[in-house]
Amino acid sequence: MSLPILEVENVTKRFGNFVALNQVSVAFQPGKLTAIIGPNGAGKSTFFNVVSGLFAPTEGRIRFQGRDITGLAQHEFARIGIAKSFQITNVFKQLSAHENVRVAAQMRASRFALLRPRDSMKALIEQADALLERVGLAALRNKTAADLAHGQQRALEIAMALASDPLLLLMDEPTAGMSPEETVVMMRLIVELSQERTLVLVEHKMKLVMGLCERLIVLHHGEFLAEGTPDEIRNNSDVRRVYLGEG
Amino acid sequence: MNQAMTLANSFNWIVRHRVGAVLFCLILFPLLMPYEALAINILIFGLYAVGFNLLFGYTGMLSFGHAAFLGVGSYLCGIAIVSGGWPWWAAIVAGVAAASLVGLVIGYLAIRTRGIYFSMVTLALGQIVYYVFYKAESWTGGENGLRGIRVEAINLLGWQLDFLNPITKYYLILVFVAAALWFVSRVLNSPFGAVIEAIRENEQRTAACGFDVARAKLLVFVLSAAVCGLAGALRALHLSIVPIDSLHYLQSGQAVMMCLLGGMGTFFGPFVGAALFLYLEDVSTAVTTHWMALVGVVFMVFVLFFPKGVWGSVLHWLARKAATEKP
Repeated sequence: MSLPILEVENVTKRFGNFVALNQVSVAFQPGKLTAIIGPNGAGKSTFFNVVSGLFAPTEGRIRFQGRDITGLAQHEFARIGIAKSFQITNVFKQLSAHENVRVAAQMRASRFALLRPRDSMKALIEQADALLERVGLAALRNKTAADLAHGQQRALEIAMALASDPLLLLMDEPTAGMSPEETVVMMRLIVELSQERTLVLVEHKMKLVMGLCERLIVLHHGEFLAEGTPDEIRNNSDVRRVYLGEG
Repeated sequence: MNQAMTLANSFNWIVRHRVGAVLFCLILFPLLMPYEALAINILIFGLYAVGFNLLFGYTGMLSFGHAAFLGVGSYLCGIAIVSGGWPWWAAIVAGVAAASLVGLVIGYLAIRTRGIYFSMVTLALGQIVYYVFYKAESWTGGENGLRGIRVEAINLLGWQLDFLNPITKYYLILVFVAAALWFVSRVLNSPFGAVIEAIRENEQRTAACGFDVARAKLLVFVLSAAVCGLAGALRALHLSIVPIDSLHYLQSGQAVMMCLLGGMGTFFGPFVGAALFLYLEDVSTAVTTHWMALVGVVFMVFVLFFPKGVWGSVLHWLARKAATEKP
């Protein structure tokens, strides 16, 4: 096995007296598509927020490519190559679809240039167009993000996350609130993306990820419960008990 | 159809050449005003509102303490001339530098908070600046304001200009306002301009995209303070006194009102708002001493029925016209 791209080591997250994550240790291999699953209240969202840099863990370490990144600021996560798409759609509503992606792409090229016209940065404009094309939004490039359908806004988010060309892409329930048709399109995109970079999904719907992922990690009550291939997880008695409500 | 075409074209033209379009209006402006002093006031407060709009309209941060930057710009420009005997241009630089510095301090403290807390913190810090200048009587003249800022003639490379002539004064001040507008327009068009708009739309997303939100906020705060400081310095030269009121929170409130009247988040809106506000004030003070009540009613009508402001509504209407004509 190669060096894990992301290592989570004895991570605990407390909110006051409430323990949302308790001593969770997992590692993610590069190039793999892994899903974090678990019933409601399992700590999936907290796990996502901790590894994506929204807040630091109370205890424990997080390592990215061997480097300790515990407590780094949110914007630094994006710069070292960890991007995320949010569970609740999170786009720049009053900007056009194209500008949404262009701003995100700008992070690599220019963050604080004050007097340079942004229209002069052609490469970014083209990159944004290519990403819109990729997620199927090319025809809607000039539309205001707020006017896009829900599924389209989620696709836009993924284009924004890809704009920084991340090594690791974290997705929090990428199909939440989507119609069955939109879900199919999104799943196809996820499979395609998993060919080229490391993906970690946090997902509530177990069925959805079973046919998709190479590896599953199950959380329960904020603790690590099981880990393995879809088949192993399906046959794991602990998982069946807590997740599938059997036995 | 043909008429719509010209509308759309002129709309696009205005958007692309916004600094030129604003300057064109401002060059003709004094001819339309009842007297020049009002035109100069509008020019200065228009710039003040533009500086404020950078923070409020474009970044989405509602400061209630911007009088501090207008006032500090005025006072330091005035003090440099009265106590320091500095030439007028160095005094302007002093005013802008001082306002930026105060902006850096207030901004550093205030950007840690959001929403209503940000507004309250800027209000409180602005009032502290007010009392400091109020108490430092030997420098600032305290309650009576700073007097005796005499700039009678301006020597431009051997060319004597009479600063007491209101039309000359207007166009001289316009040169500075034009430079500031060009600068603000460049900033808004830059990658950094894109980042502050992104912060207005969604702060969390902006950070997740890899932008240091706190740093961007502090930078735009200082830029906003600098522009307002320039407006203040020009005002000191224009009035030849600095009233203590220029630091008062009512003055901060004026910036908010001007932006909302004209259209926040638009380039020309703050100027339209400043013109409307000051013209209303001018007209209504002739009729009643309770002019604030009248302005208040107009303000409420705008907030309720034209939340985009005068210029924002015009732009919106033009954009819709332009959009419908496209196939």
